[in-house]
Amino acid sequence: MDKIKEKLQQTSQATRSERRGRFISFLALILILVVVIAIFWFVAAKGLATFFQNHINVGDFLSGKTWDPSVKGANGKPEVGALPMIVGSFLITLLSALVATPFAIGTAVFMNEIAPRNGAKILQPVTELLVGIPSVVYGFIGLSVVVPFVRHVFGGSGFGILSGTFVLFVMILPTVTSMTADTLKSVPRYYREASLALGATRWQTIHKVVLRAATPGILTAIVFGMARAFGEALAVQMVVGNATLLPHNLVSPSSTLTSVLTEGIGNTVMGSLQNNALWSLALVLLIMSLFFNVIIRIIGRKGELR
Amino acid sequence: MNKRRIAGVALFLIAVGGLLGLGYQTRNRSSAGGSITTVGSTALQPLVEAAGEQFSGDHLGVFINVQGGGSGTGLSQIQEGAVAIGDSDVFAEEQSGIHSHNLVDHRVAVVGIVPIINKEVGLKTLTTAQLQKVFDGTYTNWRELGGKNVPITIVNRAQGSGTRATFEKWALRGHRVKTAQEQDSSGMVRSIVSTTPGAISYVAFSYANKTVQKVAINGVAPTNQNVTSNKWQVWSYEHMYTNGRPKGVAKSFLNYIESPKIQSTLVRQLGYISISQMHVERDVKGRVTVIR
Repeated sequence: MDKIKEKLQQTSQATRSERRGRFISFLALILILVVVIAIFWFVAAKGLATFFQNHINVGDFLSGKTWDPSVKGANGKPEVGALPMIVGSFLITLLSALVATPFAIGTAVFMNEIAPRNGAKILQPVTELLVGIPSVVYGFIGLSVVVPFVRHVFGGSGFGILSGTFVLFVMILPTVTSMTADTLKSVPRYYREASLALGATRWQTIHKVVLRAATPGILTAIVFGMARAFGEALAVQMVVGNATLLPHNLVSPSSTLTSVLTEGIGNTVMGSLQNNALWSLALVLLIMSLFFNVIIRIIGRKGELR
Repeated sequence: MNKRRIAGVALFLIAVGGLLGLGYQTRNRSSAGGSITTVGSTALQPLVEAAGEQFSGDHLGVFINVQGGGSGTGLSQIQEGAVAIGDSDVFAEEQSGIHSHNLVDHRVAVVGIVPIINKEVGLKTLTTAQLQKVFDGTYTNWRELGGKNVPITIVNRAQGSGTRATFEKWALRGHRVKTAQEQDSSGMVRSIVSTTPGAISYVAFSYANKTVQKVAINGVAPTNQNVTSNKWQVWSYEHMYTNGRPKGVAKSFLNYIESPKIQSTLVRQLGYISISQMHVERDVKGRVTVIR
């Protein structure tokens, strides 16, 4: 009798292994959390030093048009106006998303609705292949093909927002396409059946039912693509021209937050104003990618398929 | 089942332990005196790499790790004592954020810098005043300078680049330049100038090849000979800084690079000018003295 009681009150083998499993996954979670917090803390501490240690006005930083941290401006403060880079980053991101979206939706619709068999066989692997190409390859192709093309057709030196847009368009296309395709796949089959049963044509079904039902997912896909475009550094840096000037047209050399960062960080000394100013740019980038994440969350929550 | 799990755990431990062991075996032994790391200027990198290889060949078991990263990185790393040698195109005194009193300067070579323009512009010489007005944006078309009717496209190196600092100081005489497009390597600058009509930039002598037009300044041709006599004033020393007096491997490596063996072979083959060829000396303030 006692033996059975003891055995029942003991923690079983299964419970122990479950506890162990929970502990291990908890450890993994803690590790990731620590890494994320450390990154935020590091970038924020470095980025805010520009404002607290070097006493740069936040407004001047966000709205100034001259980026030349080693030179003192008219008011006796170093010139760290980040507006040209912020504008450049946003312009390039928006334009490339704008160009990529119709192509992505078209491809996804073709893959899912019009020719599911061939689509899955040919287009799916092709788009997935595009994801795997390293960004330096895109940049190199941009430099040797896109830039001369833009120079011949649109004039200027060929370096600028337009070339950056072309390169980023190809880079974010696969991301947006495959995510859109996934959303279309998750639209329940009976939506289409009901629509067709009511006498709608295939085009009407796609246009009025499938795409409508998948809108939140497609928006998420676009924002994801924009987040990738915003953070892309190498390929953009190779074709955008890296002039810290407000772009006055699409073919004038300009710059993005990432291009100035990658170009400048090796030439500055840790702890100097020039270095801190670059960290402030990194902070802006980090905040923007957080912002993109929040948008994705909100869209996802609002438009869950029920 | 249980056996499989034990095998899994054992495999995991072996993998992790193996990686750690590998890392330990191949760790940087700078403290042990077996090898050293130099970081910095990309303009000097080819020379240090080539010399480092030969040095390792002569001294078994000694390795010179050479990393780029730019002059600023080289100076900040040596200031923090993270590496044995920091390479720079500029004097440590000229770089903001560097406290130079601890750093010991070793000048291992001289490099000349020349303005380059696209070949179709049709100009071969410019005056200092003309260069200043090209780079500050006063002139916008080569026609105004007697060249072809093509707009001027300025291509700069990145802010903080040693080549740019030297060019602005000695070719433009500190004249403030207009913001223009920037590229972060000499090779990139040259290929852009060679393919873009009306482009102007500047590179080290070793990068200026037949695809671009070298420009003489005030009638002085950009040759090594003119650099050694300071007739061509746009040049800079290549510095290798140590934190305090060099010791151990760093000391013997610096001696090796400064030795006639390297100075008369590698330095010249790679397009630098040897220190021993110079007829003048220039200090950090720019004062030039003739060496007798």
